[in-house]
Amino acid sequence: MTDTLERETATAGRTGRTGRSGRAADRSAARVTRRRRRSLSGNDNLVGYLFVAPQVLGIVAFVLLPLVLIFYYSFHEWNVLANTFRFVGTENVERLFSDPKVAPVLGATGIFSVGLVIGNLSIALLLAVMLNRKARAITLFRTLFFSPVVVSLVAWTIVWGFLLQNDGGINGLLQLVGVEGPNWLREGPTAMLSVIVVQVFKNVGLNMILFLSALQGVPKEITEAAAIDGAGPFRTFGRITLPLISPMILLTTIITIVGSLQVFAQIAVLTQGGPGISTTVLVYYLFQQAFEFHRFGYGSTLALVLFVIVLILTVVQWQLRKRWVHYEN
Amino acid sequence: MRMSAMKLSATAALAVSALVLSGCAAGASDDDTPVSLRMTVWTSNEDQLALFDEIADAYIADHPEVESITFDPLDFESYTTTLTTQLAGGNPPDMAWVLENAAPDFVSSGALVPLDDTLEATKGYDLDDLSPSATELWTDADGKLAAYPFSTSPFVVFANDDLLAAAGQPTASQLQADGRWNWESISEVGSAVNANTGKAGFVVRDFDYTQWDYLSTVWGGWGAAPWSEDGTTCTMDSPEMVDAFTFLHDAAFTAKSMPGPGTAADFFAGEAAFTVTQISRASLLGESGIQNWELAPLPEGPDGDYSIVGQAGVGALAQAEHPEQSAEFIAYFTNPENSAKLAQYFPPARTSQLDAGTLSAANPVLTEEQLGDIVVPAIEDGQVRPSHTGSAEIQQEVRSALDALWVADADVEGTLGDVCAAIDPLLEQ
Repeated sequence: MTDTLERETATAGRTGRTGRSGRAADRSAARVTRRRRRSLSGNDNLVGYLFVAPQVLGIVAFVLLPLVLIFYYSFHEWNVLANTFRFVGTENVERLFSDPKVAPVLGATGIFSVGLVIGNLSIALLLAVMLNRKARAITLFRTLFFSPVVVSLVAWTIVWGFLLQNDGGINGLLQLVGVEGPNWLREGPTAMLSVIVVQVFKNVGLNMILFLSALQGVPKEITEAAAIDGAGPFRTFGRITLPLISPMILLTTIITIVGSLQVFAQIAVLTQGGPGISTTVLVYYLFQQAFEFHRFGYGSTLALVLFVIVLILTVVQWQLRKRWVHYEN
Repeated sequence: MRMSAMKLSATAALAVSALVLSGCAAGASDDDTPVSLRMTVWTSNEDQLALFDEIADAYIADHPEVESITFDPLDFESYTTTLTTQLAGGNPPDMAWVLENAAPDFVSSGALVPLDDTLEATKGYDLDDLSPSATELWTDADGKLAAYPFSTSPFVVFANDDLLAAAGQPTASQLQADGRWNWESISEVGSAVNANTGKAGFVVRDFDYTQWDYLSTVWGGWGAAPWSEDGTTCTMDSPEMVDAFTFLHDAAFTAKSMPGPGTAADFFAGEAAFTVTQISRASLLGESGIQNWELAPLPEGPDGDYSIVGQAGVGALAQAEHPEQSAEFIAYFTNPENSAKLAQYFPPARTSQLDAGTLSAANPVLTEEQLGDIVVPAIEDGQVRPSHTGSAEIQQEVRSALDALWVADADVEGTLGDVCAAIDPLLEQ
């Protein structure tokens, strides 16, 4: 369409209109061209907006609007049963700082996140390196390690719940080798460890595939050159491969940290936050406050805390990438 | 391109307009328009739902102002949470079942519309037939009935005589005949069953080391209660409660007559000799494969005989669109005729129907003798399972504090003191 206009303009030029009238005609043609371009540009924009509208509407309805609403709710107390909604100012924020459970809950959240990120990324990278070769049945192994990702989260967690019972499969196996296993989900340290391990195995396949794609993008000439220069496999991996896949490490780290802060189903199914409150992470605590204890205002305040934590961690990682992420496009 | 864009814009505008208009149309209601009612329930039993539908169909046939009545089964474990989430989301059901532990919150908050006037105005309803002990929990501060207690189900003991015989232990009736139907003997026999067969001795069903209020079926025998009668003072650390929990701790960790934490044992799968559960679970016996079973009252404790009942009420939500029509349907759903039908699943609160004859006509699994000797007296004398305003938070605090008790070397008295420290501020509110 734009080409047609340019041709029209060119044709006007070729007709040999010169002098004042010619220049006026040229200016007029140029104005028409600009108007048509603006009009077409506007139409293109409109079509573009219509195409992105569903996504934008989704983000507005399910991300931005809830964000604004929880900010609004956090200044209110909402009794769902009595159907009352009253402004309480900063009462919920004050409650946040005086709530003795907030510190242990944040502590449990931190332990879970650190455990999950270290466990998930290290195992995923190890698996990716091991599976980054041409060998018989390698696709089968890749599928095997990836398969938990597509299994229903709740089904996966319920099965692990049975395995981790005091008289469950894990302790049954340990008994075969003469070891009396702990009551995994009923003792503080092992309960948290169990929840972390269940989550690591659930999602390690996803990061493994991402690492695998990054590893397959590392040019062979570079690693071969390093080998010719006398670098061993570990040095090559540390000095060549890791820096080359660092953008992917950044991506998986951000995804895993954000995901770890949103853990809920595993806690609800396996431990309900116990024993004590040793596995009560922030999302589970805000769920309890809002949906079980009917404190939607305070629950919204806790949701804001979670949002701020995720935001800060993401910004910090994004800034830190300049120091350790190489070869970023 | 221009035309396409215009068409797209026009289509989008039309779609939005249609949505807005249809939304307005849906929101508009005419007084003469028949209404649709929804009741949330926690049963998904097909026979029970078929009975509810049958009652609803008969009601709709005589009430043209009601177009449809649907029964919406929700998961029992998260029932109250789901219900309150529906309220928060602006999608309240018209009617809802309410568990006894949530009753104080629902009744005191005004979430349910009073039913008295509607029930009294219903011909042949006979509101006075409801026993005062059954309605106490569901009556608000003004003396109005906020929900109808459609189920008053006593806790009883089922015994697996096959397993007891296999373990060389006396049956429940032998223990009763010997005057040994008490918790001490149950634990002794249960311990022997566990040692001889590897199966569990006794199981307090649904407790699972989290739902601690089910233990009221045990501590009742010690005359203990979790808080004072006015609900303001914690008594979880009372000497009676300490003795009751010492018994339970010994049963789990020393005598091993009760499965320990994290160990599953289902009586109805033949995995335990005794179970404490509600009489409504008798329906599971048919599929259990247990050939010889017995029904017995709760065992005697150091404080003597006692009985505990679980209750469920049905009420009309004040926040819903049709509370008046809902109250009228509840009056029909629970009238004497339908109450007798519901009695096969839910022991009624009507004193006129609390006799072995009426109950046995509706309960094919249980004999008239079992119902007359065990079930009816338990309903008449039973204490309702503990409940309090803010029950969800109290439930969570106690569960959390009690976790320290479910280890082998626990300090029972100290832990129960910690429980009180945790819930005292909540009880005082």
